[in-house]
Amino acid sequence: MVSVPNVERAVAASPPASRRSELRRRFGPDIDGYGFLLPAIIVMISLVVYPFFLAVWFSVSDAFVGEPSSYVGLENFIYILTEDDIFLMTIWNTLLFAFWSVVFKVVLGLTCALLLQRILKLKRFFRGSVLLPFVAPTALTTLGWWLILDPTYSHINWILANTWPFTMFGLGPYNFLGNPTLAMASVIFVNIWRGIPFFIITILAGLMSIPEHLYDAAEIDGASTWRKFRSITLPLLRPVLAIIILFSTIFTLGEFNIIYVLTRGGPMNSTHLFSTYSFTYGILNHEIALGAAVALFLFPILVLIVVFLLRMVRRDTSHEL
Amino acid sequence: MSFSTATLTGSSTATLTGSDGREVVRNKVPVWRRRKAAANYIALLPYVFFALFPFYIMFITSIKTDQEINNLSNSPFWATGIATEHYVYLATNTGFFNHWFVNTLIVTVAVTVISVSIGTLAAYALARLRFRGVELFGVAVFITYLIPQTLLFIPLIDVINTIDDYVPIRDTYWSLILTYPTFLIPFVTWLLMGYFKTIPVEVEECAYLDGCSRLGALFRVVLPMAIPGIMCAILFSITLSWNELLYSLVFIQDETQKTISVGVITELIRGDIYYWGSLMAACFIGAVPIIMIYGFFMDYFTSGLTAGAIK
Repeated sequence: MVSVPNVERAVAASPPASRRSELRRRFGPDIDGYGFLLPAIIVMISLVVYPFFLAVWFSVSDAFVGEPSSYVGLENFIYILTEDDIFLMTIWNTLLFAFWSVVFKVVLGLTCALLLQRILKLKRFFRGSVLLPFVAPTALTTLGWWLILDPTYSHINWILANTWPFTMFGLGPYNFLGNPTLAMASVIFVNIWRGIPFFIITILAGLMSIPEHLYDAAEIDGASTWRKFRSITLPLLRPVLAIIILFSTIFTLGEFNIIYVLTRGGPMNSTHLFSTYSFTYGILNHEIALGAAVALFLFPILVLIVVFLLRMVRRDTSHEL
Repeated sequence: MSFSTATLTGSSTATLTGSDGREVVRNKVPVWRRRKAAANYIALLPYVFFALFPFYIMFITSIKTDQEINNLSNSPFWATGIATEHYVYLATNTGFFNHWFVNTLIVTVAVTVISVSIGTLAAYALARLRFRGVELFGVAVFITYLIPQTLLFIPLIDVINTIDDYVPIRDTYWSLILTYPTFLIPFVTWLLMGYFKTIPVEVEECAYLDGCSRLGALFRVVLPMAIPGIMCAILFSITLSWNELLYSLVFIQDETQKTISVGVITELIRGDIYYWGSLMAACFIGAVPIIMIYGFFMDYFTSGLTAGAIK
């Protein structure tokens, strides 16, 4: 990695006074590094950094499709925070959605990873199948869930109505996507389905890095399985868990596909997240300014998580060195 | 189910010499241990069932006739025969194979080539070269990796319209080839940075001594050693661009320019009567290429995800 002594040594060795060595003294020995970065920098500045500031500009303007826009200050933010009840609901939905999704993904992902670690035969089959939801196209697999949750064709309703022991209770048929509470539960459910593999893979890798001799020592001391999990696995897994929880929170907060396919934010706007609501404003209603303002609410949360993450990732790498 | 208990608990098996002089491996694994191992498999079954359920439903629905699908007293979990009508319908009456599949393929290949090339160069510089601001660039890559598409899709429409004044990319899949690298380059860079750091510097120094230029060393020495990492970057680029929805939904209205995900969602769902058979057939076929790639290269996927997230 970069270290100051290296830079100085290289400078001392180079002949003095030439223009090139002057540049090297200022920018380090490998000036061509900037050249390697150049294509990436061009793409990122023109298609990420510039659009980001454009979004900020939109959010403080009265931008509308096909019309010249002018500065209006914080009007858009004030409007969505004070007069737009749906937006307040969207904030609440997003928090609810992210919280329950992540909680279930951690718990189910951890248990599944622990089980997968213990098996020896058919390892590839089991791993391969539980990881499948992660690689398949979300929009298409969510359409599969859409059929499973459809009020008329629902497989769940069919089971409730036609198989023992459910027939005894007379449950259903439920309109999973038509009732606000059930719809929210459904989108969280599908998000969990889609997100568990990420947790399984990363937790499995974390489990592999725990030294075996700790368990052997615990076994000699007569520790139970639960005790070993609580006193060895969980503490040593904590850094990995913290990182993937933050990662998953970012991706869950920005979720679009599942909501768009299953409910489009309905019924009665009860499942809108920032992404789908921003889509509704910016694309469907052509209110670019309000759409950008809604999406920007993600930004403070994002910054907070990135700061946390950077600290942890940094600490990890310094550990390695 | 039977398990090789010898490998399960290696230390508790003892090698004895039997009465006939041959070595006999006597199993000392207690019954409760074997039961416990079986319990692990049984506990995993719900997960497997849960993970595969929608894929199964997609497939089984796609091979039923409309009549069978709509007969609600039938079990929805079985098909009585194999009907190909929905697949035929997709091929003859929709743009699924002619346009959407082809477009997705073109976009995926182009975007993967662009992102992996640019990302590899950037990752090499960030992992190896010493110049001012290298740490800052590393952090910038990390931050752009985490910026969600939700924040960018509205302003990107404006960017695309601006570019369209010079090069006609609006409402074509070229707009996707342009924008997908925004989320792939940071990912590839981040992934390969970790990978390049694991390759010893000495091999590169040898290459320089043998007269290689910087690019020569990169292509002849470093990249061949980083093939697993690069494979993983390629696979992830393929998966992420094949699966993308938001940008293609927002940027493309022309039916002949759509990708699979958007085409299926916007063109196959019409009105209130859903054509479940053809819809599920489309979902199934759209997922198959990725699932096949994944089947062949599963280990790269898992190693990459771990490296991308943790390292």
